[in-house]
Amino acid sequence: MPYPTDRRYTKDHEWVRVSGDAATFGITDYAQHELGDVVFVDLPVSGTKVAAGQTFGTVESVKAVSEIYAPASGEVIEINSSLSDAPEKINQDPHGAAWLVKVRLADPAEIDSLMDAATYEAYIAENSREASA
Amino acid sequence: MRYLPKSPSERSEMLAAIGAKSIEELFASVPPGFRLKQPLALPGPLSEAEIIDFFKARAAENSLGYTRFLGAGVYDHLRSVVTDALIQRGEFLTSYTPYQAEISQGTLQAIFEFQTLMCQLTGQEVANASMYDGSTAMTEAALMAERVTGRHRVLVAKSVHPEYRQVLATYARHAGLGVEEIPYSASGQVDSVALLAALNDETAAVVVQSPNFLGVVEPVAELAGMSHAKQALLVVTIAEAVSLGAIRPPAEADIVAMEGQSFGLAPSYGGPFVGVIASRERYVRQMPGRLTGQTIDAQGRRGFVLTLATREQHIRREKATSNICTNQALCALAATIHLCLLGREGLRELAVQNLSKASFALSELEKIPSVKRAFSAPFFNEFAVELPRSVKLVNAALLREKIIGPFVLGTAYPELTKHALVCVTETTPRGEIERFAASLRRILERPV
Amino acid sequence: MGDVAGAGIAPPVKTQMADKIKKASRHTSQNEGLIFEKSAPGKRGMELPPLDVPALDPKSVLGAAYTRADVEHFPEVSEIEVIRHFTRLSTWNYSIDLGMYPLGSCTMKYNPRVNEIVARLDGIATEHPCQPQEVSQGCLKILRLLEKCLLEITGMDALTLQPAAGAQGELTGLLLIRAYLESQGNPRKKVLIPDSAHGTNPATAVIAGYQVENIKSESRGQIDVEKLREIVNEDVAALMITNPSTLGIFEEKIAAIAEILHAKGALLYMDGANMNALAGIARPGDFGVDVLHLNLHKTFSTPHGGGGPGAGPVAMKKMFEPFRPIPVLVAKPNGALALDSQRPRSIGRVRAYGGNFGVMVRALAYILAYGPGIRQATEDAVLNANYIRKGLEGSYDLPYSLPSMHEVVFSDARQRKHGVNTMDIAKRLIDYGFHPYTTAFPLIVPGALMIEPTESECKEECDQFIEAMRAIAEEAAANPELVKTAPHSTRVSRLDEVTAARKPILRWKPHTA
Repeated sequence: MPYPTDRRYTKDHEWVRVSGDAATFGITDYAQHELGDVVFVDLPVSGTKVAAGQTFGTVESVKAVSEIYAPASGEVIEINSSLSDAPEKINQDPHGAAWLVKVRLADPAEIDSLMDAATYEAYIAENSREASA
Repeated sequence: MRYLPKSPSERSEMLAAIGAKSIEELFASVPPGFRLKQPLALPGPLSEAEIIDFFKARAAENSLGYTRFLGAGVYDHLRSVVTDALIQRGEFLTSYTPYQAEISQGTLQAIFEFQTLMCQLTGQEVANASMYDGSTAMTEAALMAERVTGRHRVLVAKSVHPEYRQVLATYARHAGLGVEEIPYSASGQVDSVALLAALNDETAAVVVQSPNFLGVVEPVAELAGMSHAKQALLVVTIAEAVSLGAIRPPAEADIVAMEGQSFGLAPSYGGPFVGVIASRERYVRQMPGRLTGQTIDAQGRRGFVLTLATREQHIRREKATSNICTNQALCALAATIHLCLLGREGLRELAVQNLSKASFALSELEKIPSVKRAFSAPFFNEFAVELPRSVKLVNAALLREKIIGPFVLGTAYPELTKHALVCVTETTPRGEIERFAASLRRILERPV
Repeated sequence: MGDVAGAGIAPPVKTQMADKIKKASRHTSQNEGLIFEKSAPGKRGMELPPLDVPALDPKSVLGAAYTRADVEHFPEVSEIEVIRHFTRLSTWNYSIDLGMYPLGSCTMKYNPRVNEIVARLDGIATEHPCQPQEVSQGCLKILRLLEKCLLEITGMDALTLQPAAGAQGELTGLLLIRAYLESQGNPRKKVLIPDSAHGTNPATAVIAGYQVENIKSESRGQIDVEKLREIVNEDVAALMITNPSTLGIFEEKIAAIAEILHAKGALLYMDGANMNALAGIARPGDFGVDVLHLNLHKTFSTPHGGGGPGAGPVAMKKMFEPFRPIPVLVAKPNGALALDSQRPRSIGRVRAYGGNFGVMVRALAYILAYGPGIRQATEDAVLNANYIRKGLEGSYDLPYSLPSMHEVVFSDARQRKHGVNTMDIAKRLIDYGFHPYTTAFPLIVPGALMIEPTESECKEECDQFIEAMRAIAEEAAANPELVKTAPHSTRVSRLDEVTAARKPILRWKPHTA
């Protein structure tokens, strides 16, 4: 699937979509595919401070656990509580309904160094090639 | 050798197929300097009959023919022969951990039944598939409370089994978990005044045992109230599981850490036993050990699988809730079978027998003028008495009469210098209780 | 919710290659619900002898506040129902008594029945750990002899039998290392662990209060000695290795590895899970290991019982002796044996009482059966593994080609081209009458097939295994769907593990209303 152009992407397969001084974080379609069927998501509570590049939660499948790394620094203002009853949303709609947290950004400029959709698509193509080599 | 199913000609054929001239070639990767040139100096080989003779000779050097009044965390209870008839079936005895669910449904369903029985007994919502024993279950429960609350201090009643507390100390040291001990009161229960004074916002959990090591039951509901008022968890440890047949289950506790040895496992000089952790559903992802869950297959048939495995070391590795891998599965199966045999009425009757025999024993002992009960709170099948002289010396005299006397409380509690912990279960005949009382009276009447 | 009607009768095996499956066929397997579903009030499975003292009402002794009304919904069934219930369940299990478990690093060998008899003897099973030592000399002699045998096999100086399983043995071993290093002035910070290690190794290191540093294996799957030389410094407490490695390959540079560590005051810990390749052939104490644990439920034949119990004794060099957990087995001046807990430098206790004594009895019985001939078992184990390796080299990818000892690791690289992975192959192996091998471990081999036959397998079983695996390799190419939807012959097909994790149902509950 073509990756949405309204957001930026990290090397650890998270996405961030900015609106004003707030941003929404999620994990990408590539990430959910690698994980397999998601069974559980562990997210921080509102008010938690997150730092760019640091873990702020985990996503679990039956056979694996993946850390999620914050694309940018800030304070969590909302979490997607629908995921606790329906973690499978992450497999179904990772870029839309399965957003993870909304964050008030500490430094919006951090986003600029992240990959855009085209760069990310090239990055994962490169990754896949290496994996099957 | 009877355990090796190959004839010399088969070995030759296989070597030829590999293209090796001798078995030594297959060990070429071991540096020559390290390859042993002599056989190991080991006893044997023994035939089956000689092995049995060897162990029978060892058995004769132990305590056959003695009557025992020892509990202290390991209890003599009746076992049905049905249990061994079932757990000795090769399909249970020699099967592996049920990672491949399709060919392990026997083990998995039995574990699911075990988990259910443990919940029913303890009044908790979920239980795991076993820990090593009560001491490590309690330790893991304390570490679990640390994870759940994010706090780093536990308050442990001194009336908790001394060896359990020692195990906790060993693990806590490296987990950065602070442990403070809370004394017991004259009743034998935990000193609630001291506990209240020690409870604060750093407390992850309060840990008590019920019935405790001194034999008395702890007021679990009140202790839960006190702990929860400070957002600390209450961990209740149980060493004599049969007590749950008569005593109110610790439903208000947040975590129950139990030793299941009393459910059909022989004392076996200390192990193997079976520990269990039971808790609330909301803490399940912080629970250590395996968990079995119900599910369906592609055709909609009910089946069981190991689940929530991402807590465990083979997936989480350094971030696992515990390093436990091998547990006590066959012991848990034995406990499950035993409990199914006893059933609702049988367990209750068993508990009543224990209660009655112990109370009878106390009344017989109290007839001896110099013997009195220590502590006043209710007890189950163990109670402490104070003697007029050293329990060790009294026990040495009892031993000459083929009686293994009560636990010397002074070894674990230096302040209880002349106190003995007497245990009586359904296995002690009335005649032996009376003989014990008579012997004790006679020994105490002798000049020191 | 009960079984769907007709469940338990497996669908016909969907294969044109049915005649290739020689070892397995179907047998009648009865349906069986949960024991709670058979329960009805008033039934009992066990009766007690009558009470010979006055019966007391718990409420009168304990008080109402402490008394339990009932154990709600506890099962009520008869003895025959218990026998039938668990017998039926047992028929749903695979077991060593039935056939091979080619599980790598598990050492699923025959569990000798005489071990079960001696562990249950009156005077052995009946002994209380707190009873006086005067009436426990038999038990203590068993412990003493087992210690001596294990020291002889490992070439070490001292032992503790207390740990309840391998993971607890690892923890004990690391705590011994920590205590020793502390006594030398600095407990250090890190433990090095190869990327091929079993998950218990890093989990244990963290519990022991150490940071984990992973060390990548080199191209042949061995410890990268040059890399090791670079990273060993005074912050490193120990390297935890398995030898032979989890690839089944002996670390040929083990002497150099030990030297590098010792030169910097660091220690070599060995996970003894693979001792089945070494007993009677080589001794860890001779090749530089400082501390190791053994798995009595692997190398020493004690039964797995569906997941345990085991025992994980720890053997060590002399300098660790003072730190051993309490109690320690000692000989008194008069020759009697005793358990001593007055050990001021001990790391403390790792579990109540002395350990899984019943498991130790079984392990000793096993050693006595073999005596010095234990070497033959090791030779047969290595012979079987190499025979299977030879038989399968043409069908499966062998990522590391150094000589195998008691186990061999293939990968699913060739089969992956057809969309079939190691898990699928493992599931199809079930239809051929075998338990799967270890899948997806060690982590350094993507799509691993880790195979350890043990010495308990006869040539015929090995041949049938080779045939089965070759047939599956062919199926993967010609009919991948067949493999991907396996197993076809079991009473349940692949189970929904996803729903089991998303919405866990961890106990039976009575229906309300």
